[in-house]
Amino acid sequence: MFDLPTIWAGLLALAVLIYVILDGFDLGIGILYPALKKGEERSAAMNTVAPVWDGNETWLVLGGGGLLAAFPLAYSVVMSALYVPILAMLFGLIFRGVSFEFRWRDPKHEKIWDLGFFGGSLLATFSQGIVLGAFVQGIQVEGRAYSGGWFDWLTPFSLFTGAALVFGYAFLGAMWLIMKTEGDLRERLYKLSLPLMLIVFVLTGLVSLWTPFLSPEIYERWFKMPTLFYLSPVPVLAALLAWRIYVNLKRRNDYRPFPLALGLFVLSYAGLGISIYPYVVPRAVTVAQAAAPNSSLGFMLIGAVIFLPLILAYTGYSYWVFRGKVKQGEGYH
Amino acid sequence: MDSVDTLALLLARLQFSFTIGVHILFPSFTIGLASYLAVLEGLWLKTGKQVYIRLFKYWIKIFAVVFAMGVVSGIVMSYEFGTNWSVFSDKTGPVLGPLLAYEVLSAFFLEAGFLGIMLFGLNKVGKKLHFMATLMVAIGTFFSAFWILSANSWMQTPAGYSINEVGQFVPENWVEIIFNPSFPYRLVHMVIAAYLTTAFVVGAVAAWHLLRDKTCEGAKVMFSMAMWMAAIVAPIQIFVGDMHGLNTLEHQPAKVAAMEGHFETQKGAPLILFGWPDMEAEETKYAVEIPKLGSLILTHHADGEIVGLKAFPKEDRPNAPIVFWSFRIMVGLGTLMALVGFWSLWLRWRKKLYTASLFHKISLLMGPTGFIAVLAGWTVTEVGRQPYTVYGLLRTSQSVGPVEAPAIATSLAVFAVVYFVVFGFGIYYILRMMGAAPTPGQSPIASDHPIGLDSVMSTQASKEEQ
Repeated sequence: MFDLPTIWAGLLALAVLIYVILDGFDLGIGILYPALKKGEERSAAMNTVAPVWDGNETWLVLGGGGLLAAFPLAYSVVMSALYVPILAMLFGLIFRGVSFEFRWRDPKHEKIWDLGFFGGSLLATFSQGIVLGAFVQGIQVEGRAYSGGWFDWLTPFSLFTGAALVFGYAFLGAMWLIMKTEGDLRERLYKLSLPLMLIVFVLTGLVSLWTPFLSPEIYERWFKMPTLFYLSPVPVLAALLAWRIYVNLKRRNDYRPFPLALGLFVLSYAGLGISIYPYVVPRAVTVAQAAAPNSSLGFMLIGAVIFLPLILAYTGYSYWVFRGKVKQGEGYH
Repeated sequence: MDSVDTLALLLARLQFSFTIGVHILFPSFTIGLASYLAVLEGLWLKTGKQVYIRLFKYWIKIFAVVFAMGVVSGIVMSYEFGTNWSVFSDKTGPVLGPLLAYEVLSAFFLEAGFLGIMLFGLNKVGKKLHFMATLMVAIGTFFSAFWILSANSWMQTPAGYSINEVGQFVPENWVEIIFNPSFPYRLVHMVIAAYLTTAFVVGAVAAWHLLRDKTCEGAKVMFSMAMWMAAIVAPIQIFVGDMHGLNTLEHQPAKVAAMEGHFETQKGAPLILFGWPDMEAEETKYAVEIPKLGSLILTHHADGEIVGLKAFPKEDRPNAPIVFWSFRIMVGLGTLMALVGFWSLWLRWRKKLYTASLFHKISLLMGPTGFIAVLAGWTVTEVGRQPYTVYGLLRTSQSVGPVEAPAIATSLAVFAVVYFVVFGFGIYYILRMMGAAPTPGQSPIASDHPIGLDSVMSTQASKEEQ
């Protein structure tokens, strides 16, 4: 029923979704850094992800490596087209990644690495949002290569998705920190969370409304009957989730908002998928056109079937080991 | 090809060699250090001696910093194939992509998944599970080396593929692809190189502290372990390197001709010790040579025939001076390492290993040699593969993507600045940590690591001492 390219399109979409969710709250903590008190609050916030950030980021490597392996043509076109935002993302990730270690090794210059953590997280997220927007709006291809210029990615839409993702990750980070921390730090995040949620909801709504007007093809997909009927649960569910998050935040339930916020991300992501499929480079290259031969995809599928359950198991184990609230000033004791 | 394209190609090559050259330094160290940490923790569990856990605590902080730098510089690599070498990615993706995907699935996740427990989880999971986490990280570094070296070796000695109608390499036989002809040699050579690199860093740190305090127990234990490694493994590396060279002679004779500085194909070729291979004049100038020895080493016959660079069209030759001199740097340092190893055996036998100041000073100087040898060795094999990315099949000039020169120039400049600043700080922190003596109660650097491995281990230590 499903051929190998479709299976791999699904697996890669899943890998990127897991990345967005996991590194989303992780990067979000960095974006929220200026709102936290210097010293102990920031240390506690960082400690909530210190044991898992590296694993979270590995999903991004799987996304890149998997795209190269399964859809080499798409990988080569997308990376050339989005050269600037991809490299900007990498530079951001460098600064925030090393800050996890450097911050503790050099207390005299904690400020520098606080800034590195914030700036790196912000740059990486903004760039990812731009990549997303530039990807959705379409990429110019001739033959087997990107045929546009090195600033084609820069449009009002891509800047807008960049900003939306910054607030989105910050919101996810806030929900995570509410779940993982206590005291003043948690209070500060509760205060931030409602305005953040409002902004995220407005921005996501605008992106959702804007997307169909990028191309008649996307417009048709969303607004033609009977698809409109099948797809209408997506925005309805999103509104429902947002309401549940609001209620739980009001009730000061520390543990509910985070998984609900993840749900909101999953829905937005599904909406994107609906706008993009069956393209792997929007409106230029389809999944089938870009797919590596079955001898590549089949060989990799064996690896995915063996390793993905193991990875999910020990990643889950690691989260379980470091479960519970992180107390300020005393790390994981 | 017009001049702008040539410039873009040059810049893309510079950017790749710079970013991969910086990156390789970190895994060279972490592959060895992960194994060393596993050995230290294993010895602690087995003997209960405090010195082992103290050394474990000492090196794991350094490991964490090096590992973080390896991760962030490595993510760059996984995207740079596409940003700068998109034609190469499109053509080789069906073969190399799955190898990299296996690296991510079997190695990167394993390392990352257990690193958190290794760094912060001792009090959460107990000693035995913690040891298992350390082992998983060490095994992960090895799996990573396995897959990435398989991919690199396939570019050197491609096998098990066919070429489809759009010019992509398509896998036909995965066993032949993974275990391509140069892979076993390159894998063993590189893993040993990583172990030696780590041994000489550990030896240098130990020597530094022995020079200040000959009674420092931690330094003595480290020094002894490092020197055993040097004495046993450096000679093995020379042997493995020779076999790797013979394999290269079989599959990439032009690379060996450049390494040896031979332009003429000749029987009974000399071994050129030093000289300047002049690509224009097609001769190695100022050569200091030993007659017949070149043939003897490469063919094991005094009159064996060795192919020279002139046997290849000019446009198919690698840059001889770079390959020639990088090779000499690598071999020279490898020989020095073996000599230091032998010297340590003699001192050990005379019971002077911990008191010989001159030897400690030399060991200190030897500290960075592993890194230099690794860079030199990779320069030999990568520059020696030129002008191809996939040897004999895909030219480097036909691998580069459509990105314009100004974009690459800008990113190269940013890479240079960011790497020097970020990794400069990192190396400074590492050196500072190494400057602290591995003695109880010493922690001049900020040791209050977020999730307090220190305090956990010191409580455990005091419990055990009671």
